[in-house]
Amino acid sequence: MFEVPTDRKYQESHEYATTDGETATVGITDFAQDELGDVVFVELPAVGDEITHGEEFGVVESIKAVSDLYAPVSGTVTAVNEDLFDRPELVNEEPYGDGWMLEVEVGDDSEFDELLSADEYREQTD
Amino acid sequence: MALRKPPLYDVYAEDATFTEFGGWDMPVEFESIRAEHEAVRESVGIFDVSHMGEIVVSGPDATALMQRLTSNDVEALSPGASQYSTITEESGAIVDDTIVYRLPEEEDRFLFVPNAGHDEEAYRRWVDHRDEWDLDADVRNETDAWAMVAVQGPDAVETVDRAMDADVTPLSWGDMIETDVAGVRSYVSRTGYTGEDGFEILCPTDDIEPIWSAFAENCTPCGLGSRDTLRTEMGFLLSGQDFDPDTEPRNPYEAGIGWTVALDTDFVGRDALATVAEAGVEETFVGLVLRERGIARHGHEIVADGDVVGHVTSGTMSPTLGEPIALGYVPTSLSEPGTELSIAVRGQEKRAEIVPTPFIEDN
Repeated sequence: MFEVPTDRKYQESHEYATTDGETATVGITDFAQDELGDVVFVELPAVGDEITHGEEFGVVESIKAVSDLYAPVSGTVTAVNEDLFDRPELVNEEPYGDGWMLEVEVGDDSEFDELLSADEYREQTD
Repeated sequence: MALRKPPLYDVYAEDATFTEFGGWDMPVEFESIRAEHEAVRESVGIFDVSHMGEIVVSGPDATALMQRLTSNDVEALSPGASQYSTITEESGAIVDDTIVYRLPEEEDRFLFVPNAGHDEEAYRRWVDHRDEWDLDADVRNETDAWAMVAVQGPDAVETVDRAMDADVTPLSWGDMIETDVAGVRSYVSRTGYTGEDGFEILCPTDDIEPIWSAFAENCTPCGLGSRDTLRTEMGFLLSGQDFDPDTEPRNPYEAGIGWTVALDTDFVGRDALATVAEAGVEETFVGLVLRERGIARHGHEIVADGDVVGHVTSGTMSPTLGEPIALGYVPTSLSEPGTELSIAVRGQEKRAEIVPTPFIEDN
């Protein structure tokens, strides 16, 4: 059974976002890291880049697969988890913790509100 | 078309994730590709390789038929010995690579192992040429009758020796014996596709389960994912990817396996290959290591001074080295180890260097 914490929201393409109203933290779900297997490479935008809801913002690669990352929200990147460049396995080990990918300054909460709830996302992965 | 299922499918269906490969529904991963890879490099793993084909050729002209359809010298095989070989077109392009066994204690009985999904085309090729050349040989596609597992790793000898009647320690690389494994009559050969010591065990399809169970206790079950990273670290070719008669036509010299070509024998493709051997090859199969972050994959372009000069045919993150490695074709003039090139990884050029293969120390 995969972890789907209720303190955040989800996108069908398996990214999550948390928000405090100003900053969203973005990563991929426990289900996604398990599907991918051993993550060996993560490509992320730089601080100051803009990401747009529904559009690609990076790539995650496991030994067996290459997967595009889609932005669950729009905004300006304020932090990038550079630990993942040396330790991409953090995405497998702690997808909701040290395996986070970006922090994004979001303009408003409307996109966030439209994301899937934990229950809705769990239904999709069952 | 429905996928072919290996006979052990139900045994491990709950424990593995699966992928389509060569028309078969095969386990790609059990616990983790990295963990499986490490088990084979450091202790011992077991692979179900029942997707590999088995063609049996027997009769008075069996040797002649094998000699005329494979590039290596079949005459050199004594009973119970095997050789790596290729099947080539008249043009010299490799159709498939294969291991040819002269079966133990048999003079006129061969078994060869085409790659997954190539068994039927190999069978047709053998039957058509036998008929055309009017040779007295029986050819059977026994792929569905045989199951095969590979036990690979530094602890393979000890593990396999314990499970069978015969003493396997005296076997040299490529040798095959017939013996009982976990009470099942099997062919056991000291061969594999991982770069480690190990054995491949062939037995009747319906009898494979006790063999798998006997090894399951001591061996890490491994899928095609680690089989691929293990062979890539060795620079071993993958049929249909590193060469393919339609999408990647390559002769054995370009592919770096010219040593499988016995030009003093007469086989389909021999004359074209004699010309290549004389003239040399314009492109060569090489190993590359990326010197920047990124992972090269099949199809990525290899670039020198802004010009596309070649392409990657296989690429992955090497679990052993922790570095991104790739195999591909470049102009022979750029094939020397130490040559600096770049690889366009999803459109972004990353610095790369030609290195010798195997990428890791050869055991």
